[in-house]
Amino acid sequence: MTAFLFLSSGLFLGWSLGANDAANIFGTAVGSKMVKFKTAAIVSGMFIILGAVISGAGAARTLGKLGSVNEIAGSFIVALAAGLTVYWMTKLNLPVSTTQAIVGAIIGWNFFSGSTTDYASLSTIVSTWILCPVLCALFSIIIYIIIKFFLKIMKIHLLKQDLFTRIGLIIVGAFGAFSLGANNIANVMGVFVSVSPFRPLEIGLMTLSDATLLFLIGGFAIALGVVTYSQRVMETVGSKILKLTPEAALVVVLSTALVMFLFASERLEFFLASHGLPTVPLVPVSSSQGVIGAVVGIGLVHGGRDLNGKVLAKIASGWITAPVIAGIVSFIALFFFQNVFNQHVFTPIYYEISHEVVIKMESEGYDRSVLENLEGTTISGTRDFKDFLTEKYPTIDEHMRNRIISLSEIIEINVDVLKISKELVSGWFTGNQAESILLLNNRKYRHLWRFYDDLISGDASWKLLPATPVNRLHNNRIRAKLDYLKRAFNEKKTNGKS
Amino acid sequence: MISLFSKTKDLVMKIDNFIDLTVASSFHLREGIREYMEGRFEDFERRLEKVLETENNADNLRKEIESRLYSHTLIPESRGDVLGVLESMDTIIDTSKGTMFEFSIEKPVIPEEVKPDFISLSEPVIKAVEALAYSARAFFYDVYAVKDHVHIVKFYEKECDTASERTKRKVFSLELGLSQKMQLKNLISQIDSMADNAEAIADRLSIASIKRIV
Repeated sequence: MTAFLFLSSGLFLGWSLGANDAANIFGTAVGSKMVKFKTAAIVSGMFIILGAVISGAGAARTLGKLGSVNEIAGSFIVALAAGLTVYWMTKLNLPVSTTQAIVGAIIGWNFFSGSTTDYASLSTIVSTWILCPVLCALFSIIIYIIIKFFLKIMKIHLLKQDLFTRIGLIIVGAFGAFSLGANNIANVMGVFVSVSPFRPLEIGLMTLSDATLLFLIGGFAIALGVVTYSQRVMETVGSKILKLTPEAALVVVLSTALVMFLFASERLEFFLASHGLPTVPLVPVSSSQGVIGAVVGIGLVHGGRDLNGKVLAKIASGWITAPVIAGIVSFIALFFFQNVFNQHVFTPIYYEISHEVVIKMESEGYDRSVLENLEGTTISGTRDFKDFLTEKYPTIDEHMRNRIISLSEIIEINVDVLKISKELVSGWFTGNQAESILLLNNRKYRHLWRFYDDLISGDASWKLLPATPVNRLHNNRIRAKLDYLKRAFNEKKTNGKS
Repeated sequence: MISLFSKTKDLVMKIDNFIDLTVASSFHLREGIREYMEGRFEDFERRLEKVLETENNADNLRKEIESRLYSHTLIPESRGDVLGVLESMDTIIDTSKGTMFEFSIEKPVIPEEVKPDFISLSEPVIKAVEALAYSARAFFYDVYAVKDHVHIVKFYEKECDTASERTKRKVFSLELGLSQKMQLKNLISQIDSMADNAEAIADRLSIASIKRIV
């Protein structure tokens, strides 16, 4: 029950996202009375949930890489900090997006818990903040020119064009809602994935993973935000801020939806990669900034009259202020929650360079002489461990350092198949995978990789393929199962000091 | 969904019919003037009946179009322009009817010398209204072509001004009583006003089409 209470901040974040961001998709249509609010609310609510459940995993995984919050109370605070930042900045009329706030809040948790921030993931995420509106502008320019061309040569009657536009706004709106759900569910539920209180759920022929269940609940929260509170926002967006023709509105929504889908869909990434086409990282992006990018694109087609430098500068300022404020709020709230309410907002991570770590690294071709000196080292906190390695062994390059850190992490695993008996028979694991788990019953491990290695030796299908965009979809499916096993078998109370 | 398509098709037909009726009313005026000048007064009265019927039909159509556009919140961006244009086009039908009524009520005596001028004055009026109908249709079907038709409306409006001035000068040069001169002058102005109206509507269409293109 407490776990569900902790989810409330994520659900609040979802509700506020639904209340505000659905207007980016149906705002112009509803504001200009082309589409009734009721239709917009039903369509967007439904498709947001579908998008979150079907395609939500990709962007959430990237966010997870930035910092893996390992206590649900921590996730609660991170989501709450992001939610409060969005609320407060919106109230002060400052540009803010949930996407940027949640990143700051996660980094705040990283600082508080002594975890390191994966700067590669961070730079990927930050680069998409710029890439998203730019891509939206590019898409809207191309689509707008094509639509204008076709309207010119097809000579459709104004009333028929109006009818087609209405139908188009609903279809494109549905797609936009799907993309919004797929892309932004990571903001709402991403921080809860690694501490999910759910077990995979079997429904008929399919099994919903624990993460998917989180996305489903988050999707409902967003949909609730749309139904209960987005009408006023939609009418404001449609009638006051964006003065667009219905056709231009259609282009704006379509471009934003396409870009958000591009940043969310693992299947699309797989399709693009397998055809040798460039892919973009799967990252939650801001729909509001996407829409502004798309509107600017249309402005550019009209000769750049609508290009407002101040608006663009305001967005860019939000890229810095939102994460910084959310980070500070998150850090302070975590401190407060831990020390006043006596809650565990993070589980300390312990490291031990055990003999098996040394052997493993040697087998991977690393220099044994350096490793022998390190054998037996135990330390707590990722940042401290990293600092220790950097200071004491400056000759170790970053790649080796990261590998030592990743292999030395102590995660006590006690394989108890009874804990996952339901999942074993549900069909979520293949027959061979289930067998490989059963073989390891009652075994104990201090390092996660040892457990994974044993799983792989039991069944090769556990093996991850080389990390290329083509293989990502396959790898992520394996990882979802591995992560679940890790959570199920992890003996949390045990740590390196035991 | 199918009913949406059929309703749209029906409304498209109604707008097309309304434009047709505008042109028809101006054709009736031209033919009516010809009949009056040729002394075929019974034919003229029968034509007046037709114009009244045309005006009635056009009024009904316009009201129906107006209520459909509002009640279904159709073409929100262009609704004001479309309704404005349709209302103004209705005044062209009214002017046709009004002019023919004046001929019917006042029974003006037209001197033989100016009869051909009255007939030829009606020609550019018809052309201007016809070009206006093309502009209005283009506004709905091919907004980029509106300006081409608007140019033609403007051309015939100028032609009309010239013809009207020439006819008025001729009337006032004849040995007629002042009251008769004034009566004829009013009739000429009334016929000419149709072209002026057509030009004003064309200007409105032109602006509305620019709004749609941008």
